[in-house]
Formats: sequence, C-alpha cells, structure tokens
Amino acid sequence: MYAYDELDRTLINERVSEFRDQVQRRLSGELTEDEFKILRLQNGVYLQLHAYMFRVAIPYGTLSSKQLRRFAHVARRYDRGYGHFTTRQNIQFNWIKLSELPDALADLAEVGIHAMQTSGNNMRNVTSDQWAGVAPGEIEDPRIWSELIRQHTTLHPEFSFLPRKFKIAITASEHDRAAIKIHDIGLRLHKNADGETGFEVLVGGGLGRTPFIAKTIKPFVPGRDILSYIEAILRVYNQYGRRDNIYKARIKILVHELGIEKFAKEVDEEWKQMGDVGLTLDHAAIEEVRSRFSYPAYEKLPHMPDELKQAAHDKLFERWRKNSVFPHKVQGYSIVVLSLKPVGGPPGDASAEQMDALADLADKYSFGEIRVGHEQNLALPHVAKRDLPALFKALDRLGLATPNVNLVTDIIACPGLDYCSLANARSIPVAQELTRRFANHDTADLIGRLHINISGCINACGHHHVGHIGILGVEKNGEEFYQITIGGRADENAQMGTLIGPAVPYAEVADVIEDIVEAYLALRDRPEELFVDTVKRLGVEPFRERVYATR
Amino acid sequence: MPLVKQGRLTTDLFVHVADGAELPGDGAVLVSAERFLADPEALLRRPGKVGVIWPNNRNLDDLVPHLDRLASIALVFPTFRDGRAYSQARLLRERYGYDGELRATGQVLRDQFVFMTRAGFDAFEVKKDADADAFAATMKRYSVFYQPTGDGRVTALNRRMQLRHSESAGQ
Ligand code: HEM
Ligand code: SF4
Repeated sequence: MYAYDELDRTLINERVSEFRDQVQRRLSGELTEDEFKILRLQNGVYLQLHAYMFRVAIPYGTLSSKQLRRFAHVARRYDRGYGHFTTRQNIQFNWIKLSELPDALADLAEVGIHAMQTSGNNMRNVTSDQWAGVAPGEIEDPRIWSELIRQHTTLHPEFSFLPRKFKIAITASEHDRAAIKIHDIGLRLHKNADGETGFEVLVGGGLGRTPFIAKTIKPFVPGRDILSYIEAILRVYNQYGRRDNIYKARIKILVHELGIEKFAKEVDEEWKQMGDVGLTLDHAAIEEVRSRFSYPAYEKLPHMPDELKQAAHDKLFERWRKNSVFPHKVQGYSIVVLSLKPVGGPPGDASAEQMDALADLADKYSFGEIRVGHEQNLALPHVAKRDLPALFKALDRLGLATPNVNLVTDIIACPGLDYCSLANARSIPVAQELTRRFANHDTADLIGRLHINISGCINACGHHHVGHIGILGVEKNGEEFYQITIGGRADENAQMGTLIGPAVPYAEVADVIEDIVEAYLALRDRPEELFVDTVKRLGVEPFRERVYATR
Repeated sequence: MPLVKQGRLTTDLFVHVADGAELPGDGAVLVSAERFLADPEALLRRPGKVGVIWPNNRNLDDLVPHLDRLASIALVFPTFRDGRAYSQARLLRERYGYDGELRATGQVLRDQFVFMTRAGFDAFEVKKDADADAFAATMKRYSVFYQPTGDGRVTALNRRMQLRHSESAGQ
C-alpha cells in the first residue's frame, strides 16, 4: 500500500476546497454550465441521464479497507446504497446531488481518496496490473512507477487542457493484465541486456469510434528518464493533436496521421531539446516513493496447509478455488479474485453492505488490502492458503463467491441506456440475460476462458472491441440492435475483434451468443483450445455461417 | 478587459493595434504576429515598447530570434479548453529564456490562474471583473505542487527528500 503523507493530503484538501468554491459559483449562477462543465469533469462529475454521476479514482487499483469502507459510506450517505466498479479502476456513483458533491469529496479526502482527473481532457487515473506487487515473476512492483507518474501528471499546468482525454497503463509482467496496448501510452517494465530496468513505451492505442492497437515508439527508456519522455510525448500531442474535431482529437489519430516513425521523430526531437529540466529520477527520488509503499509481513507458511487438504472434499469450495484463487509470489499465500458478476446482476456493482463486509474480510484475511481490476472484479491480494476455506464461506454469504472468474458469465459491461446519456442501447440487461443463459457452472466450465464485453455505444466503455466476443449496441430506426465481433483480446497479444455480420435485434442477442458458443464447442481442436484461439485458427466464417444460416 | 499584473489590477499600457490600423507615434503597442513579422525592424525602431500576439497554432521558431527585444508576448486561449498556449509559455520561459511580460489573452478565467502562473504567465487579460478581483485569493489556493516547471516552486518530491535529508543529518 502507498501511504499519503501530509503533502498529498494537503493537495487533495486544497482541491476539495477549490471545487467547493466552483460548485458554489455554479449554483449561484456566476459560472455558466459551459464554464462549469470542464471544471466538474476535472473532478469526475458527469451530468448523466438521471442525475450527476461521480467518478472516483482508485490509483492503480489499490485500496485499503478503510478506503473501501469510505466508499460504502458515500454510497449510503449520498447515493442509493451502491457503487459501480468500472473498467478504468474507478468507482462510480450514479445518484449524487451536485450540492452534496463537495461534502462527499471531503469525506473521501479524509482517507486519501480523490476524484481529480477521472474525467476531462487531461491525464486520467493511471492504471496498472491489479496483481501488482504480488504476481509471481514480475520485474518489480509497477505501482512505484504508477505513483511517480500519478504525481507528476496531477494538476500538471501544461497538460490539464489537452485536445482530449489521456490514459496511461503500466504492466511489469509478461502476461499483461493492464491492457496496455489499448491505452494512449502503454508502459511495459522490463530489463535490458545490461540488467537495467526501464520501459518499452507504446503509444496511440485506444478503442472508441476508431480503435487502434498501440505501437512501440521506443523499445527501451530507462526508468530514470520516463517522466521526461512522457512529458515529451504529451508536449508534442498538446501542440499538434487535432482540436477541430473531437472524434479525431485523441493521440491515436495523430500517431496514425503522422505515422509512428514521424511521430517518434518529433518526440525524440522534443525530448533532446528538453535537456535537464528536473525530471530525471535519480535513485533517491525513486527510493523515496518506493519507501512509502508498505508490504505485508508475510509468515512462513506451508505450500499445502491441512485446512486446504480437508476442504478439497467440499465440491463447492473446490469449484470456487479452482476458478478464483491464483498463485502468489510468496509461498503459502494466494490472490483471491472476487466476482462482481452474480447471475442476473449488473456487472461491477457492489452494495454498501458488501463493501463494508469485504473491508472487514480484507482486514481479517488480506492485510487490509483490496484490489480493483479492469474486468470490474475485486481481489484480495494476500490471503494465506490456510484461510481460504473460511474466506470462501464468508464471501459466499455476501454473494461475492460466484465461481465464474474468466468464464463466459464474467461479463464486462458499460452502464448503457440505463444510465448513460450517450447510449444507443442497453448493456446491463444484455449482460444479465447472458448470465442467466450460462448460469450452469458445468457448462461454463466446459466452455472455459471466454470474455464477453458489452458497450452501449461506439465509445467502447465496455471494451467491446477487445472482448473475445464483443457486443456493441447500435440504433436502427429507434430500435436497439447489436453488432457482434469475435476474436478480440486485450492482453499482451491484443487484437481487435472481427465483425461477424449484420447487427441483430435486442431479443436475439442471447441466442446468437449461444450459437457462437455452440459452434466453438463443435469446432475446437481439443478442450484446451480457447475460444479466441479457435477463432484465430478458423477465422470468423464458420461462426458467421452458424449464426446467420437460420436467421 | 481588466488586466492583472504583479498580482494586481493594472492599467494596460499597451495599445492593441489592429492589422491595417495606423500605429501611434509612440507608446507601447501590441500587434499581431503577421504584422510584426512583416517588418520587425521598423516596429522595433519606433519609440515605444513592442509586444506581439502569438497564435497558439503557430510554431515559436519565427519568434525566437526577436525575444530579447520584445516587451510582451500575448498568448491566446481561444477557449479555456484549448491548452496549447500552456506549452508555448513553458517553452518561451524555460527553453528560450524569455523574461519579458508573458500575457494570457482570450478566455481567461480564475480557474486557470494557477495553471497559467505555473506555466510562466505573469499578466492576465481577464474576462470577468469578479475573476480579476479574486486573483490574489485564487493564487493562495494551492501550496503543494507535484511537478517541476520553470516557476521555481519546489515539488512535493523534493520537499520530502529535503526533509529526509535534514532528518538524517540531524541524527
Ligand atoms: C456513464 C457515463 C459515461 C460516459 C458519458 C462515458 C463517455 C465516454 C466517451 C465519450 C468515450 C469515448 C472517448 C473517445 O474515444 O475519445 C468513452 C470511452 C471509454 N470509457 Fe466511458 N463513459 C461513461 C462510463 C464509463 C464506464 C462506466 C466505464 C467502465 C465500465 C467507462 C470506461 C471507458 C473506457 C474503457 C473507454 C475506452 C476509451 C478508449 O480506449 O478509447 N466509461 N467513455
Ligand atoms: S459505451 Fe457508450 S453507452 Fe456505454 S457508458 Fe460508454 S458512452 Fe455510455
């Protein structure tokens, strides 16, 4: 965990007081809605279909139990008793009153939580591997770098009014759980031939209307230079990024229009000219940030405790363990993923009661720490294996032990037409229907790893392009239709999915997905061949045939 | 439009001279980039200070050779959402060492003052009187800054390291 000190806390409080003043000026009419809009967005406040929506940052997905409890408090005190975890390692509240927002922010500030730059045309919340610091085999904890970048980009005087939003994601593992290739800047921590730690820098990825996979702009930037290199990229983008058309304003368009070589040259030129402007991170600076991350005092524990051996007879426990428990870098410990995708539930929602209870469980079993992943699930990152059976029972009572992590019902979905003013179609009910269709765990288990992603419009908040199966809501003559893509993925081999054919009406979506899954079961080489791999091997044609032959 | 300079409401000594309009015989003038670049020498020879309004989509290269003879550079915020002038300001101050007046013009509201001063602006043509009046109070809003810029304010990281250093020195 990262501990905010007096300086961080002061800054957050100063931000709250500034926002309180801005809200006051809006309420008194001193600020027009147009002027206020950008100010509220910089503090995570959207005007949505029904009310103001409030998006709160969870930097690199790490939370303390105290912070989670405070979310529960905000949900109860200012909202309708629940919060929604998103694909951006944020939490959103959907029903907050504008006049109460400054108080909600002040309550969050007390536990070192803020909503700075969770929206608006600036650097957004830096995201990272939700297993950072505990994943076996990672180069080092990427959160140290995430935090350095978070600080550097917070209230940055040059980059708070960019052409468009800007997102950075960092991974330090071979297996990319941070989806770095679909971010404006993706950073992969690795060591070069001399054993020096640095970053492969990728740029220009993103989803939305014009999806792109990020391209490598530099294979290796030493860690000490990463801030100045990012600053160079942003400066080029700020000056040359398009502002004439909001759909073309993202850095991916600039990279695409210039070509990566030319863009890289511009950045290098800027970087060289920058010289020493105090951005080089010497050893002491890196260590200063590193020293404020604390790690649990792990015990020396057996690899296979008796408690686990005994519980192996319990079928329900075993099913959950196989699905939700992952290897930890310390022997005797596990990472436990908690599904926020119960059958029939809206993906990513958690009630205040669940958050409070989970905070208690984190204190009891995970050194008070919780993680938030971009799949809209939570995790407890340091659970002693001997505690797994007891934890399972407790989670089950809370409805947080659905054994469907990475399976067909572990669906990522944006809010869609139920909340979002930009939506063309519903997302949540589609997800709910699909979780009911595939509720049988044995079937889901047979199907294996399969990611379904749903967005209610082209903006792609549900990452539909990179879903193994992607579902995109579109509107045709006032009715909800859905385009289906297959073969996308967001990991180290990230790829956009391919459209299988004409959009289908709302009522048919679940049937079509069932058809696709049945086709896969018939077509796969062997049970271990994942859905995406079958699609890669055979292309979309056999799936297209199966879906449209009878329609 | 009220002008804030050195933290206070000030009378603007510069006269904006539109392209094509006749220049006054003396006194400080602010002219467009086109007009300035058409004949910089003639402008600079005339008695009175010269300032240039530089558009936010124009490369600074053409301006750089004249920096030491300019009394003011006005950078433009066509809307407060358009942040290109922040980059120009930092480049002028930090890379090219410009130390004359750096003026923010256009949609300048109180909510940008902190960002602007940090980027190097020291004069503000403010859109609303109330915002100009609030300048001093607004500037006191923040006491912690995370990133280094040319304004010389010590970053949080450096303050922490200094603190650590003095603690270990005291032991
Ligand atoms: C409810 C209010 C929301 C609004 C108004 C909204 C708006 C938008 C817009 C306009 C874009 C497209 C930006 C662009 O491509 O330039 C976008 C993209 C995105 N949003 Fe949202 N969003 C909302 C909620 C969410 C939620 C709930 C999530 C997560 C579940 C989310 C995550 C994302 C992601 C991951 C992208 C993709 C950006 C990219 O890589 O291009 N958003 N959103
Ligand atoms: S994808 Fe569209 S409908 Fe869904 S949350 Fe984003 S903007 Fe709204």
